[in-house]
Amino acid sequence: MRRAVLAHPADLDGFRLALRALVAEGVPPAGVLWEVSGEGGLPLADPPAAPPASAPPLAVPRRFAELAEKVVCHSDPARFALLHEAALRLRNSRRLLDDRADPLTDRLLALETSVGRDLHKMRAFVRFREVADPDGPHFIAWFEPEHHILRANCGFFIRRFANMRWTILTPEASAHWDGAALHILPGATRAAAPGDDPLEALWTSYYRAIFNPARLKPAAMAREMPKKYWKNLPEAAAIPSLVAGAAARTSAMLAAGKPADLAGLAAAAATCTRCPLHAAATRTVFGEGPADARLMLVGEQPGDQEDMAGRPFVGPAGQLLDQCLADAGIDRARCYVTNAVKHFRFVATPRRRIHQSPDASHIEACRWWLDQELALVRPALVVMLGASAGRALLGRPVTVGRERGRPLALPDGRTGLLTVHPSYLLRLDSPEAAAAERARFVEDLRAARALAQARAA
Amino acid sequence: MPALTLRQKLEILADAAKYDASCASSGTSRRHALGTGGMGSTEGMGICHSYAPDGRCISLLKILLTNSCILDCAFCINRRSSSVRRARFTVDEVVRLTLGFYARNCIEGLFLSSGIIRSPDYTMEQLVRVARTLREDHDFRGYIHLKTIPDASPELVHEAGRYADRLSINIELPRPESLATLAPEKDAGRIEASMARLHADIAEAKDARRRFRSAPRFAPAGQSTQMIVGADAADDLSILATADGLYRRHGMRRVYYSAYSPIPDSSSRLPPAPPPLVREHRLYQADWMLRFYGFTLSELASAAPAGRLPLDQDPKLAWALANRAAFPVDVNRAPRELLLRVPGLGPKVVARILASRRHRTLRFADLARLLASPARVKPFVTTPDWRPTALLDSVDPLARPRQLALFG
Repeated sequence: MRRAVLAHPADLDGFRLALRALVAEGVPPAGVLWEVSGEGGLPLADPPAAPPASAPPLAVPRRFAELAEKVVCHSDPARFALLHEAALRLRNSRRLLDDRADPLTDRLLALETSVGRDLHKMRAFVRFREVADPDGPHFIAWFEPEHHILRANCGFFIRRFANMRWTILTPEASAHWDGAALHILPGATRAAAPGDDPLEALWTSYYRAIFNPARLKPAAMAREMPKKYWKNLPEAAAIPSLVAGAAARTSAMLAAGKPADLAGLAAAAATCTRCPLHAAATRTVFGEGPADARLMLVGEQPGDQEDMAGRPFVGPAGQLLDQCLADAGIDRARCYVTNAVKHFRFVATPRRRIHQSPDASHIEACRWWLDQELALVRPALVVMLGASAGRALLGRPVTVGRERGRPLALPDGRTGLLTVHPSYLLRLDSPEAAAAERARFVEDLRAARALAQARAA
Repeated sequence: MPALTLRQKLEILADAAKYDASCASSGTSRRHALGTGGMGSTEGMGICHSYAPDGRCISLLKILLTNSCILDCAFCINRRSSSVRRARFTVDEVVRLTLGFYARNCIEGLFLSSGIIRSPDYTMEQLVRVARTLREDHDFRGYIHLKTIPDASPELVHEAGRYADRLSINIELPRPESLATLAPEKDAGRIEASMARLHADIAEAKDARRRFRSAPRFAPAGQSTQMIVGADAADDLSILATADGLYRRHGMRRVYYSAYSPIPDSSSRLPPAPPPLVREHRLYQADWMLRFYGFTLSELASAAPAGRLPLDQDPKLAWALANRAAFPVDVNRAPRELLLRVPGLGPKVVARILASRRHRTLRFADLARLLASPARVKPFVTTPDWRPTALLDSVDPLARPRQLALFG
């Protein structure tokens, strides 16, 4: 068994010289025992054996030199033997390293990638803390790399922080830059690094503020910033509370956008352009009534007269509604009265504007306002006047004849009651049918009153 | 009201900047501080120094100079009519924060934007002053990205380009009509004109550098822009068409898609709920297909029925399923362009296949060593020892067979 001795775990020069000799002498990879100072229980001070100077330089492709530079930094004890084997095979197949489908190439390239990633993560996650010492500011970092990469990475930190005095401490070795020259010193412990830096509080504030709680993706974060690095990153202390508070912050953010009372809501709705209806209509006709109403009446949409007056249910249908409410023993002044859609939809003819029912898209767009009204008024019962109101509140097409007059569970947990729209009563031709339907309507309203009382009690 | 502390200002002005998606710090000229007396380096590849729990990289100190604004754009939290708390940094405060965080290795540099105060020119001048102070007084060599104020004078924008690595102007919304309704004071035509001017300046500086090494640099990392997705009714295909046009006309390095995110104090003209985040992800995937995989817009249409990219599968897979006749592809013979169309094969893996097949005929086990998930490509490729048969005819060849339950 042939011994090959290296001065430190990433000793590229020592490896290169040893490899030359081994290849020149025809030693197979299995016949070499690589002994690395500072690795596998060997002390770091072990002096390297002088390599035979006579071995001729080894001609290898440039790609191999690049690869070896990274691979020697890996923590895998087999790295030297693998490189040795590749060097031998490269003599016969010069393009071996282009062929990732070869198992040896695949393994070496995987080692290279892993070292590359470690180098990159060290550049990303080293954090300096400033201490004032007699010679001026000194920046000190503590870092635990996965592989033997400290020496290989010093160039980056020198090029970037050329005008600073800095020290990077790792368990295996430390690097110190005094502004002019680099010194490699023995390893250290975390305790040797400074405990705090006032700027870190500001950095953590920045980290908290730049996080958007509406898009929580902790897995994506942990993939790029694995947890093993967190203990040396000051901002990572904020992660648990940010993740835990995200949902609450998002809903608070959404709630902050909503007006707090009905007057504010009506004012906000006055400029609504959520659907195209705002363009032709005169104004938004918002709901009205006391904020603590037990009954909420929801119609379809404002008509011609409502559009002019700016108040719901003031035209012929509204007057009929008022009479029927009175017959049912309900005081309209104590109800909240509104519509599923807040703008008048019509076809304009030369003489008048003819009502058109809203589409599902208009109802959907206006649903936002209705939800806000429901949230503020919190009625005991919602009376849905007609199919459009039923659709808005139940979220599905409804047939009034089939579902009227009885309590219905609304998707948001509230209770509703479906009946006809008063304008339906106005459209009936025969007086007998109109009288009968009116009686049924009043009957439904009575049922609503009883239900609201029962639920409020 | 008591004066705000530096920390309070940082909180307000970073919070206001977080709706900007870009944090890239790569692709600029290489430079370092050795022998200069200054600090900072850029080495081609940007570095993400941290990640927020929203999964986004933190590479730059991304802040606004002020969040006061004379404009009233509905989608923006800083609009005039919003009730957010206002703050303003001094030029010196931004410079100190940037240098302090940089020296501790927290950032690659600065991404500075601003609400518009007084006038576009006044605001732009303040931004330029920060960059100039960093570069000239402190010899800072890190990355600087400046947001360009639309309608600022060309001279100021030109000066900004001399100090900054990247300049950007946000297109904001995919359709000019939406900009007219949601941001009535902005004008799509003027925004595009500014982009075109930037493009010309960048190209000219690059050309001059080719002939004279001492020619001044101008935004060596190019320009980028951002589009808000889901605030108006534009579908995915028209969003991609807009992006494609921006790449072509103005030499954009990147178009960022930012899923509209509900903002505090939001305007009633906006949808109350955010679009699914995965929509933004699908747009980025489709954007990649256009730029790196050789797909054209009209080809993407077959992956996006009714103009919408499917949310449950990536657009390349959707395209492959809609164009089954193009598969399977022979891994040992197919040209690069065809290999790139196989779902699961990216430019990197395709390069490996091309290099490897000069040495050997790839069998499926060889192919499996070249990529991360061999199962994904299985239905779409052939090797001497593998032929997909029934797989391509199934509705979703990647769906896993489900174990039937024994007890209902």
